[in-house]
Amino acid sequence: MKWLSDETLAHLRDIAETPDLRGTRYTLVRELGRGGMGVVYEVHDQELDRSVAMKVVDDPTRGEARIIAALEHPGIVPVHDVGLLEDGRFYYTMKLVRGVRLDEWVRQEHGRTEALRLFARICEPVAFAHANGVVHRDLKPENVMVGEFGAVLVMDWGVAHADGGAHERVIVGTPGYMAPEQARGERADARSDVYALGAMLAFLAGDDAPRPLKAIVARATAADASERYADARELADDVVRFLDAEPVSAYRESVFERAGRWIVKYRALLTLLAAYLVMRAAVLFWTGH
Amino acid sequence: MSVSPFPTTRRSVVLALASADAGERTRAFDTLVACYWKPLYKYARVAWHRSREDAEDLTQSFFTRAFEKESLASYDRAKASFRTFLRLLFDRHVTNDWRLGQAQKRGGGEVHLDFDAAEAEIVTDAATLAPDEYFHREWVRSVFAVAVERLRERCESEGKLTHFAIFESYDLEDDRDVSYRELAARFGIAETQVTNYLSAMRRRFRELVLDALREVTATEQEFRAEARALFGGVK
Repeated sequence: MKWLSDETLAHLRDIAETPDLRGTRYTLVRELGRGGMGVVYEVHDQELDRSVAMKVVDDPTRGEARIIAALEHPGIVPVHDVGLLEDGRFYYTMKLVRGVRLDEWVRQEHGRTEALRLFARICEPVAFAHANGVVHRDLKPENVMVGEFGAVLVMDWGVAHADGGAHERVIVGTPGYMAPEQARGERADARSDVYALGAMLAFLAGDDAPRPLKAIVARATAADASERYADARELADDVVRFLDAEPVSAYRESVFERAGRWIVKYRALLTLLAAYLVMRAAVLFWTGH
Repeated sequence: MSVSPFPTTRRSVVLALASADAGERTRAFDTLVACYWKPLYKYARVAWHRSREDAEDLTQSFFTRAFEKESLASYDRAKASFRTFLRLLFDRHVTNDWRLGQAQKRGGGEVHLDFDAAEAEIVTDAATLAPDEYFHREWVRSVFAVAVERLRERCESEGKLTHFAIFESYDLEDDRDVSYRELAARFGIAETQVTNYLSAMRRRFRELVLDALREVTATEQEFRAEARALFGGVK
């Protein structure tokens, strides 16, 4: 049997992995990344003279492409084209998203409020998927892209499932974001995605998050799925309530906390009122009436 | 020993090890030996620092005992990949009293392995890798080598010797400075044919790598995980 040097081995890995694009309208530009189910490349569409993203997968069922195609939402990258490569692998092309991944975005200078507003927008496509009976099953910061103009896109629906993978008996997901029931290989549902979103919320909120926000995270990441928010919409609604200084469903506040929140919420009005009262008192003082 | 006892199937030989059919078990065992004996021999030499003679005995006795006792059939896919299971089983074999009864097994075992070739393949940078990384690298090398050998066998049986010779010249030699034009002149064919032949060989090579991988994994999930590990791009 022929001896293969390390150099030859690396070369063979490359040629075995690099997609054969002959017979397609695309030319290879570079590899963009790897997901659980395939490799994503930047390719050039020669007919339309534009760059697009191409995902190459061994999965002959075209499951991911069909799921994405069924989910028309601004927060989910649409599929342009599907096809079969010369080497027998299946591919589909999508809009090439230019921006940064959420884990990279967090390292930039952003306040908590901005991060939470972004989080609420991450929940939107996931809530849309849940409303259509689809569970993502691998939500994590690396699978969220923040576009150049603030667009938020949930990526990599490679292990998404229309029935939560009820018959698979396999473990999918990423440790740290994977719900306990997923780790046990059990059926995932919308609440499994809520768990992953809760872990992402904790990631975005930071260690010094206020108590109501921590309570939202705790409810979203409860070990028992029945104690979590029912879906991404419920979770997003609670986060938005927190941002609007309204009571959140996950936290029972004290009278003092309620007063403090009320003061924060009506801070501008209270400032104006205080200024008016000071002015009024000054006028009364100087006029002697 | 033939390297392609399962030439046309993608069935998992890991599952076939537990088959009630003795013939199927034997074929499955031969396939596993083809993919794993070199990595295990080198692992014994490098990670366990065994002498050449000891490593030969360990490898030989490991497979002989594994076949006789059908210990590989005890693999539990829920616990680990088959690759990890086999390495840990080998670790246990090394630490156990493997010498017991080996004298009568030497020369009478079921597997005949070319240890001279394996010895020549042990590279000098092995000490820089952790034992499991070293074993993984050698396993990748072995799976690719099995796929290359199967490709050569297929080409020979189909009369596509020029196809394989071009693949060998362009993709298997360390010196890849040779151009398509030079290959066309060397083999007396058009340059476009070189492109086509090479493309066809690479496509078949990829298929054979994945076939080999499917054979030595038990589940679709393990196959996908090992495919990512094999191509060096685990996320």
